[in-house]
Amino acid sequence: MDKKIGLKKRPVYINPYFGGILLGLLILTSFYIAGRGLSASGALKLTIVEIVDVIAPEHAENNTYYNRFLPEDGGSPLFNWLVFGAIGTFFGGMLSGAIFGRLGKLRIEKSAKISNRTRLIAAGVGGTLFGIGSQFSRGCSSGAALSGTSALSFGGLIVMLVMFGVGYAFAYFFRKLWI
Amino acid sequence: MGPLIPLEIITGQWDFVIALLIGSAFGFILEASGFSSSRNIAGVFYGYNFVVLRVFFTAMIVAMVGYLYFSYLGWIDMNLVFVLPTYLNSMLLGGFIMGLGFVIGGFCPGTSYTAAAIGKIDGIVFAGGVFFGIFLFSEFFPFYEGFYTENYLGNVTIGEMLGVSNEIVAFAFVVVAIVAFYATWLIEKRVRKNMTEYKFE
Repeated sequence: MDKKIGLKKRPVYINPYFGGILLGLLILTSFYIAGRGLSASGALKLTIVEIVDVIAPEHAENNTYYNRFLPEDGGSPLFNWLVFGAIGTFFGGMLSGAIFGRLGKLRIEKSAKISNRTRLIAAGVGGTLFGIGSQFSRGCSSGAALSGTSALSFGGLIVMLVMFGVGYAFAYFFRKLWI
Repeated sequence: MGPLIPLEIITGQWDFVIALLIGSAFGFILEASGFSSSRNIAGVFYGYNFVVLRVFFTAMIVAMVGYLYFSYLGWIDMNLVFVLPTYLNSMLLGGFIMGLGFVIGGFCPGTSYTAAAIGKIDGIVFAGGVFFGIFLFSEFFPFYEGFYTENYLGNVTIGEMLGVSNEIVAFAFVVVAIVAFYATWLIEKRVRKNMTEYKFE
């Protein structure tokens, strides 16, 4: 590959330790202001609750899981801190992508050894597993592992250790997807 | 004295504006650190890129140590900060399933939002998968409703569980983080030597 193009294409990322310090200060700010950390999957959960409640209100009422997240005053579950946070996450990511020149047309990122189809199936399966797991864990990597552990929660630590541990334990079997 | 919203120092609809701002900063930091790329993220499992470990561990020790200092200085009431409750059995299973999802999909929900935001179709599909997974979980909830709350330990902290102070816990985290930063730096150097195809994308 032409060296010049390689240099041009190389995206600019901030120093990971600097990024980590910013992220840590953000979690601390969130603790200080809201008394809670960051989250990501909660917004999708509440969106599902809202959709089910609109399409099949009786089903939502009777299902003991949806029922937990229906506001008692009859309001919309979407009018929630988690939902606004996730909307922010999307647009914050977009802003960074725009500033650093990564905001672009629709594309698929993958290892050269697999097809687009394989990558998309893996992404879909991985996402589905993450969705299921995050409900058993009471949060995903943001809410349970990162914010939970930062607030010294024992459960958060367990989720983090098991999640990364299993990732390493099974990495060998899925290596073709990545390397 | 904080936290401000639970103590009603900030009230009304301001909290949604703040949620939006904090969320935006979160997305910005994730994207700027390289988490909109699944190949950067998955590198943590294969040794070719430890950016996840660096950002994650640094964030955790900064937040944890800062949090303890805030409490020590009387700036924050720790009793009003949410400690994720521990449902041991359910969380062990949840962590297991997420670990699989992580190494297969290469994102977590938050990072997939930022990937989707800059135009990555795999990020959009991953986020769609998360949506579908939560829906499946909810629909079949009655089957594991008992398991979901089994072995409940309460809003217990790491220090309480291990019988040491949380200051000791935070100190241990800092030590482990520094060792991990150094060890993974060595591993990454060695692994990258043998990789020709991968570059930051």
